[in-house]
Amino acid sequence: MITAANLTKRYGRTFAVNGLSFTVKSSRVTGFLGPNGAGKSTTMRMILGLDRPTAGGAHIDGRPYREYEQPLRKAGALLDAKSVHGGRSARNHLLYLAYSNGLPASRVGEVLEEVGLASVADRRLGGFSLGMFQRLGIAGALLGDPEVLLFDEPVNGLDPEGILWVRTLLRRLAAEGRTVLVSSHLMSEMAQTADHLIVIGKGRLLADAGVSDFIGRGSQGYVRVRCADTALLASHLPEGNTTAHGDHVRITGIGARAVGEAAAAAGIALHELVEVQPTLEAAYMELTQASAEFTTGRS
Amino acid sequence: MIGLLRSEWIKLRSIRSTMWTMAGLVVVMISFAYLNSAIASRQAERLQAGEVTQMALGAAPFASLIVASLGVLAISSEYRTGMIRTTLLAVPRRGRMLAAKATTFAAFTLVVNLLSCLAAFLVGQAVLGSRGASLEEPGVLRMVAGCALYLTGAGLFGLALGTLVRHTAGGVVAVIVTLFVLPQLVGMLPNGAGARLMPYVTSVAGMRIMSSAPGVLTPWAGFGVFCLWIAAAALAALVLLRGRDA
Repeated sequence: MITAANLTKRYGRTFAVNGLSFTVKSSRVTGFLGPNGAGKSTTMRMILGLDRPTAGGAHIDGRPYREYEQPLRKAGALLDAKSVHGGRSARNHLLYLAYSNGLPASRVGEVLEEVGLASVADRRLGGFSLGMFQRLGIAGALLGDPEVLLFDEPVNGLDPEGILWVRTLLRRLAAEGRTVLVSSHLMSEMAQTADHLIVIGKGRLLADAGVSDFIGRGSQGYVRVRCADTALLASHLPEGNTTAHGDHVRITGIGARAVGEAAAAAGIALHELVEVQPTLEAAYMELTQASAEFTTGRS
Repeated sequence: MIGLLRSEWIKLRSIRSTMWTMAGLVVVMISFAYLNSAIASRQAERLQAGEVTQMALGAAPFASLIVASLGVLAISSEYRTGMIRTTLLAVPRRGRMLAAKATTFAAFTLVVNLLSCLAAFLVGQAVLGSRGASLEEPGVLRMVAGCALYLTGAGLFGLALGTLVRHTAGGVVAVIVTLFVLPQLVGMLPNGAGARLMPYVTSVAGMRIMSSAPGVLTPWAGFGVFCLWIAAAALAALVLLRGRDA
């Protein structure tokens, strides 16, 4: 279990993480979501004792990470996968980690096998692709067979087969009863992997909910309509709210069927009539839009 | 702690530059010994054992720069690649990590330094033939072993500076400034202050251990002062390493 209590990190006058409190429970995959610059990596670094919080703190099973004698046996993490020395082999990279935590050298062979890097174990890391680095980073996280796992953007640079592999691995780790926290800025990825979501924006907690709750609580579905005179259409609708979005209108509180029938009765020609289902992606966009660090001019 | 030492040893030996740098050290030590002694062998006057030993160890200032650079690299390469975060995830007790790194580095370089200093001495004496010195003569063994100790100390000094600066080029510059430029600067201080302080400055104090000439500090006292410099740099490095975000 990972707990963060009022976790805060300030750089000068900017808050990277601002009073964040949450609990990551075992036996499920918790997605850690937020736009780029939301503070996900900083939060993870503070949980792992790399960065010192300005205020508050984080615990792993009741103790700060820094207090563990052999932390890799308790918690494994993949942060920046490319943080390795290019002149070293994968085996030596993992071997130094294993020895530092009193783990047998045989574990290195096991995890290399598990992540599919056994055949390139003795090759210098300089020639690895990003996907191979990710696999090596995951191997490092699994080395101590830990109960708690943290992955920062683990599917970055992976091909579709690799993405599927990570997804399956995360599900399996959670099914084994481990605590799994996975950060991502891609909702679509999390939708297929996570059971629970922690969403942050500009360093603040935006949501901490199960995936289905999250969709329900967030964006509603709507009907997208295009026609020549939207105001005329709105006046003929029996109920519902109409909002203009560029060249189309979104109608909520009423289904596509009712909109179509109202339009037909009033003799209005519709150019488009689409029922848009609520999605995790939409709920996420809606929640984080206001807190995105960098947004383009148009949304 | 054994595991930590093994861990740091793997890091040190699995990088090619470590072995190349140490091979370079041996070459520099031996070639200087050969050339210095060859020049001396043409001179007519009789040389003291201490003098010929010092000649054979003539590459020490350059060698100290090589070992100190390796010391800088031992930590700065972790910062350059970001590997320091992986290391500190595995060993969050940062003081222990630094202690293990320093111990491993010192043990490894001491062995190589002893071998290269001894080789340089033997090559020098072979060139001088019957006019050469032997290890049994007073002070000779202390100078040869002392040279290895000084080089190892310089390496640890480099490791401490590298930890402070977290940057390879910056760390090497810091080494050059403290070991080579600082003595020059102190020497220029007015009113005799330069002459009074000079014996206590980094490399001047440290190299007393491999000198046969009389000085303000005895050879071991000089080396002791050098160790204080190393300790001060290491303490500053430890405090910063523990307080900083990785």
